[in-house]
Amino acid sequence: MQLVTDILSWFFLLSGGFAVIVGSFGLMRFPDFYTRLHAAGITDTFGAAAILIGLSVQAGLSLVTVKLVLITLFILLTSPTSTHALAKSALHGQLKPLLKEDGGASSNT
Amino acid sequence: MKGIISLFITLVVIWLLLSGHTNPLLLSLGLASILVTLYIDHRMDVVDKDGQRVKYPLRMVTYFPWLVWEMVKTNIAVARMILDPKMPISPNLITVKTSQPGDLGKTIYANSITLTPGTVSMSVDGDEILVHAIDKETADDLMTGEMDRRVSCVVGEC
Repeated sequence: MQLVTDILSWFFLLSGGFAVIVGSFGLMRFPDFYTRLHAAGITDTFGAAAILIGLSVQAGLSLVTVKLVLITLFILLTSPTSTHALAKSALHGQLKPLLKEDGGASSNT
Repeated sequence: MKGIISLFITLVVIWLLLSGHTNPLLLSLGLASILVTLYIDHRMDVVDKDGQRVKYPLRMVTYFPWLVWEMVKTNIAVARMILDPKMPISPNLITVKTSQPGDLGKTIYANSITLTPGTVSMSVDGDEILVHAIDKETADDLMTGEMDRRVSCVVGEC
């Protein structure tokens, strides 16, 4: 039983850590502000959530787990809101997004 | 009245889960803070009158697993793009129509769009949401309107 929870929690912890590394890597590689938001989104959503789930598996059935699950839910609520606020203020600040010009059938704005 | 009672029960459960204390002094202090919270909510007029909002968390139970699965899929897709040496991104802007009449539905929809990497909602104007998508595939996924339909079920028009 101990082995099963250990494997499960390490799976989540390692994939979360990997997601954070990939997200920060993308933050440096992507060309402009808006595309970097997508890379940061990986760190925000999957990275943070997977690490917190891994920690709550490690904590077992206790009040600590309840708090960790609540933190996960609040992160999933607040991080898109802050991403949206960043994107909206960049749009209002006249920052033009880098767009793919060829074959842009769906870019109707 | 129904709204007040459901809010009271929710607050009691949250207080007990977060504190874990059971001695009389702390329990009475907790009760006092819950009553103050109820009074403030009543003054701010944010308590729902007919107890409709109790249903939202229950409907979320079916929406949330689907959203998590979508998140995992798009996360893998964007992670692939980052790690690909050629970096096959083609960012574009699309406008998505939403069928949500209320503020709550719009908020859930726009938040869900941002929560899945690859699409970020940039501005909400009436029933149109301006979305920045990182490539054609994620944009097409959104254009099918599947997410919009599922959000409609959460706020109760499906």
